[in-house]
Amino acid sequence: MSTDNVTFTNAAGSDEADDYAGSYDTTEGRIYNVSGGDWGTIAGAPEGEHDRIVVNMGPQHPSTHGVLRLILEIDGETVTEARAGIGYLHTGIEKNMEFRSWVQGVTFVTRMDYLTPMFNEVAYCLAIEKALGITDQIPERASVIRVMMMELNRISSHLVALATGGMELGALTAMEFGFRERELVLDIFEMVTGLRMNSAYIRPGGVAQDLPADGEQKIRDTIPLLRKRLKDTADLLVDNAIWMGRTVDVGYLDLAGCMALGITGPVLRSTGLPHDLRKSQPYCGYEDYEFDVITKTSCDVYGRFLIRIEEMEQSLRIVEQALDKLKPGPVMIEDKKIAWPAQLSIGSDGQGNSPEHIKEIMSESMEALIHHFKLVTEGFRVPAGQVYVGIESPKGELGCHIVSSGGTRPYRVHFRDPSFTNLQAVAAMSEGSMISDIIAAVASIDPVMGGVDR
Amino acid sequence: MTDAHHPAVPQGVEELDIIGVRHGAFGAADGGDTSGFGGLVDPIVMPAPATRPFGGWFDEVSDELELALQAGGLPATEAIEKVVIYKDEITYHVRREHLLAFVTMLRDEPGLRFEMCLGVSGVHYPGETGRELHAVYHFLSITHNRRVRVEVSVADGDAVIPSIVAVYPTCDWHERETWDFFGIVFDGHPALTRIMMPDDWPGHPQRKDYPLGGIPVEFKGGTIPPADQRRSYN
Repeated sequence: MSTDNVTFTNAAGSDEADDYAGSYDTTEGRIYNVSGGDWGTIAGAPEGEHDRIVVNMGPQHPSTHGVLRLILEIDGETVTEARAGIGYLHTGIEKNMEFRSWVQGVTFVTRMDYLTPMFNEVAYCLAIEKALGITDQIPERASVIRVMMMELNRISSHLVALATGGMELGALTAMEFGFRERELVLDIFEMVTGLRMNSAYIRPGGVAQDLPADGEQKIRDTIPLLRKRLKDTADLLVDNAIWMGRTVDVGYLDLAGCMALGITGPVLRSTGLPHDLRKSQPYCGYEDYEFDVITKTSCDVYGRFLIRIEEMEQSLRIVEQALDKLKPGPVMIEDKKIAWPAQLSIGSDGQGNSPEHIKEIMSESMEALIHHFKLVTEGFRVPAGQVYVGIESPKGELGCHIVSSGGTRPYRVHFRDPSFTNLQAVAAMSEGSMISDIIAAVASIDPVMGGVDR
Repeated sequence: MTDAHHPAVPQGVEELDIIGVRHGAFGAADGGDTSGFGGLVDPIVMPAPATRPFGGWFDEVSDELELALQAGGLPATEAIEKVVIYKDEITYHVRREHLLAFVTMLRDEPGLRFEMCLGVSGVHYPGETGRELHAVYHFLSITHNRRVRVEVSVADGDAVIPSIVAVYPTCDWHERETWDFFGIVFDGHPALTRIMMPDDWPGHPQRKDYPLGGIPVEFKGGTIPPADQRRSYN
């Protein structure tokens, strides 16, 4: 039927016309009508201004590095304003940890920045150990294994940065190379921890289990292959004219910008400042390893790419030194009130507590059983107070701030994730550039949304 | 006088920072305590304030701070509530009205040079009446290779802290996150909106009075309640 002669009233019943929702009476009853209008008549376009075009890129977009949402105001192909929207992967890890024991927290933190699980675990465990005052009692072998695992993890994280960054810029061979080489590292992780990712391997007081019998040799054998393949990947891109065309002088951020925005990691080092917590505030015995802090002065995406390439080489150096340092010994602190009672082992039915330990608690010592039960269900207590530990993750300073109320659970845990802070630089890096450049800029920050949103 | 409710106060310290009281042997809040120690009362005391000399570079930084504050016409005791040193980390508890002046000094004074702020996060102490919400800032000086922590405490009903985004732009997202999770309003922030939770989310999830939520884990023939409803020992 025609509505030409029907008077529209809004839902509230007043006579004032409503642009969005009106109603009219028919013989069948009142009909409510929800309709859109022309945006110009609703918002009223400002005089003498061009239309603003705001493009929403993501959170589901193949080149935004995960569920990152970019809100871009564009003028043709030029980005005039860029804002990043985050929170799409918030999982409440920090809140959840307040309801689990200190040791169980490791299982949570490893899932934050899922490309750097070892770093998350080390930062958290170092913080707990500092709060407990047992930093000096961590066995040498455990620290060496931690360093080795972290540096292997740095390689795998940088490889993913390269692979996804390459994919986003159309360099698909780089992606294939990056993910292929990462498998080599993940194979080592699987051999040592039982899991390729999220391994919950590093525990307060040491590590969950010692290297397998042939583990050391397998890692040693992997290094030459990794070194050769890393060189192949580098050769593919370092002098590649197309790659350079997409990355040189793109995503510029100088030292002053980095300082103001709190940027750390490869982005900071691409401004020429050799800031690396492994050197300036060593932990896990990093002062005993020889390696160089790689810096570039170009402040651009290409510089950050080169830094990552060369840092992987330095990490291999550290892994080699760590292998040489490995001496037989315990991998868990001696203090029985903190140390996890059992070492893990792999049996015919999968991974579990070692048979010797099961035999002891089930058939030999009642006290050992009680002790096991108390430590596993209730957990150890951490004295009331707060500590902060910062370590150099592949993305920058990963900080762990823990507050204890003297209980068996954290009172509050906060992670200062480097990706979270570094993502704030998107606007500074990309406003005024092309849309295609913002992809390169984001890829050079290498944010992982699991860490950003936690 | 010293008893369980009023632990001994060290010399030179006016007041202890008690954030709560733990009852019983295992801190179990639900069900009966069959251990025989159900009558235990144990106050939870945070580390006590430190007195001079602090030791190491802590004195140097504190001297610099006091001089700089005095040069700005502000007595140090006015701006700094107390100083806590715990596990080789120094914490300045700063009154909120002087926070902006304080952090500007941290950044600008040549003897301090804390170029980098590592962000702010909150901690909720519902047991500390009148100062339930704490905002905790971490600073790093790359020049001097030092770290300090700054803590600002406010009451739950008046949770407003001046924003330091103008001094340390990196705190933009960190302050938004702290607002989102704790409900602390950072006065002067350019756009204090939620960052993690949806814009229309009710409540501030990381406060202690906000439940964890969750659904029971179901097995064949049995269920396990969600984590915050399980029997716990804390």
